[in-house]
Amino acid sequence: MAQTVFAPWNDPQAKPLIQFKNVTKRFGDFTAIDNLSQDIYEREFFALLGPSGCGKTTMMRMLAGFENPTEGQILIAGQDMAGVPPNERAVNMMFQSYALFPHLTVWDNIAFGLKRMNMPKDQLNARVEDMLRLTRLTKFAKRKPHQISGGQRQRVALARSLARAPKLLLLDEPLGALDKKLREETQFELMDIQEKTGTTFVIVTHDQEEAMTVASRVAVMDEGRIMQVATPANIYEEPNSVYVADFIGDVNIIQGKAHKTSADGYDIAWAEGHEPFHAKTSIQLDEGQNAFIAIRPEKISVSPDKPEGAVNAIKGQIVDIAYLGNVSTYHVRIPGGLVIKAQAANTRRLSRRAFTWEDEVWLSWTLTGGSVLSE
Amino acid sequence: MRRFTWFNATSLTFGFAFLYMPMVILIIYSFNASKLVTVWAGFSTKWYGELLSNQAFLDAAWVTLRVGVASSTLATVLGTMAAYVLVRAGRFHGRTLFSGMIYAPLVMPEVITGLSLLLLFIGIGLDRGIFTIILAHTTFSMCYVSVVVSSRLVSFDKSLEEAALDLGCSPFTAFRLVTLPIIAPAVVSGWLLAFTLSLDDLVIASFTAGPSATTLPIKIFSAVRLGVSPEINALSTIMISIVAVGVISASIISKRAAIKQQQEEMAAVRSS
Repeated sequence: MAQTVFAPWNDPQAKPLIQFKNVTKRFGDFTAIDNLSQDIYEREFFALLGPSGCGKTTMMRMLAGFENPTEGQILIAGQDMAGVPPNERAVNMMFQSYALFPHLTVWDNIAFGLKRMNMPKDQLNARVEDMLRLTRLTKFAKRKPHQISGGQRQRVALARSLARAPKLLLLDEPLGALDKKLREETQFELMDIQEKTGTTFVIVTHDQEEAMTVASRVAVMDEGRIMQVATPANIYEEPNSVYVADFIGDVNIIQGKAHKTSADGYDIAWAEGHEPFHAKTSIQLDEGQNAFIAIRPEKISVSPDKPEGAVNAIKGQIVDIAYLGNVSTYHVRIPGGLVIKAQAANTRRLSRRAFTWEDEVWLSWTLTGGSVLSE
Repeated sequence: MRRFTWFNATSLTFGFAFLYMPMVILIIYSFNASKLVTVWAGFSTKWYGELLSNQAFLDAAWVTLRVGVASSTLATVLGTMAAYVLVRAGRFHGRTLFSGMIYAPLVMPEVITGLSLLLLFIGIGLDRGIFTIILAHTTFSMCYVSVVVSSRLVSFDKSLEEAALDLGCSPFTAFRLVTLPIIAPAVVSGWLLAFTLSLDDLVIASFTAGPSATTLPIKIFSAVRLGVSPEINALSTIMISIVAVGVISASIISKRAAIKQQQEEMAAVRSS
């Protein structure tokens, strides 16, 4: 049975819902968004991920209509949004602080946007009840925002922003105020609701785990530019730069000089007197060019003896062990002083673990275990 | 930390005596049966009755009330608008100058305010009467309203207004449906403050009042020059009570709102 994968960004026929065309936004001398172009498609769950001050919130506020681009164009469903005020956009936003109206009940908060549409009374009631059911808030309809918990408030904010059935829903750090457990539950709830309603979601977050969990595509941003846009798996496995590799998850970066060995094979000479590391990549590097290998800790195996036939193997000494329960991270110092992190699953009980501090171990990984990066 | 010492008790008594003794004496003598202000001749409320049959005082009271209501309402509208613009408009050229100019009448000597208004009214040929007093009172009390309202607006979460815009409100509807209900306690206490100020004012009113309209403070002041009568004491007692009610309710309203807001914030912190 052929399953169609949701990937409109690979379909040249697909029409994007949102188009950023060479958008620049300046606040005085500060450039928040720097000549940015990006398409976002219908039904996508698109995550803008980056450290604070990278411009992700500015992008969202431009979509909502609270800011206007200094240069360039933003199109929603083919229409240029320049000069269209927030109240005339088929876009709704869920605010980081939730921004629930404290003087209105949960019911009135959700009905607020519908009342502005001059919807007939019975239709409006039915819509609010639907939203209450969707977010499991029916019991709390008559309460004021300060009489419910943080998680419930978050759901009211979501219900209120979904009530008008927007083409596009913007979520500004929607789960920032929730504790870890509730946050994880809510992430799945969000995905569920996104699927049920078929709305396009754009989420802003600085939490990479959150972005990876919920999003169909993740855009990693830095200083007003998008560094990479890809599916969570591709962002993790095939980062296009040291910045992205470093921002998403844990990574070892080894710097060296590239030497071409075959059509897609390179040797990276990383230290004088040591065998270079071998790697396979699709990118093209010049001879002797500065290059990096980015290797995820879980891609490196730790063994007491040199493994037979390993492509890349290096001996080192354990300087630190971080025990995380299900996995342990070994910090291994290799010749030249570089400390490499390697992760191993704790399939055995603690008392029978093989390695301890100051043990000499071999680290090894495969040809494709690390990604070769030029910047 | 509630320690009762003789020193504390004495300083408290002296302090409050200093502040309130004159008023207490005035209130007591308003119930004096004697026509002589300084001789006590037993308790009576006859001066209150006499006051009610004095048409000149009643007219002045009616003028004062109308001026108070009209000018404080106008001042509340203008002061709230000024506060909103100064807090919300962000940085624009001359913002500091503008806010300075709004607050300047707070420290301006009343004589100067009164004189300049008088010159203006004469200059544009406006006949002095109740209308000019209303304008004058609006002018000086709107800055008090604006101080009260802007201190509330500063702590107001701007994203509430953005949420209203986002949900389809025009900027004016957002203000009416979201901002105004939330800042209402500050607006109400601003109104009460303006009303009290208007009721109290003698200097500016005497510059801007005409023969057709006299306010109560002007009436009292001119009556006193001919000698203090127990009737004036009765009238002053009534004014003290009105002002006290105004000031106390204004402070209770803003205190309650502050406490409620604090509780809501606490609840929010606890549950998130």
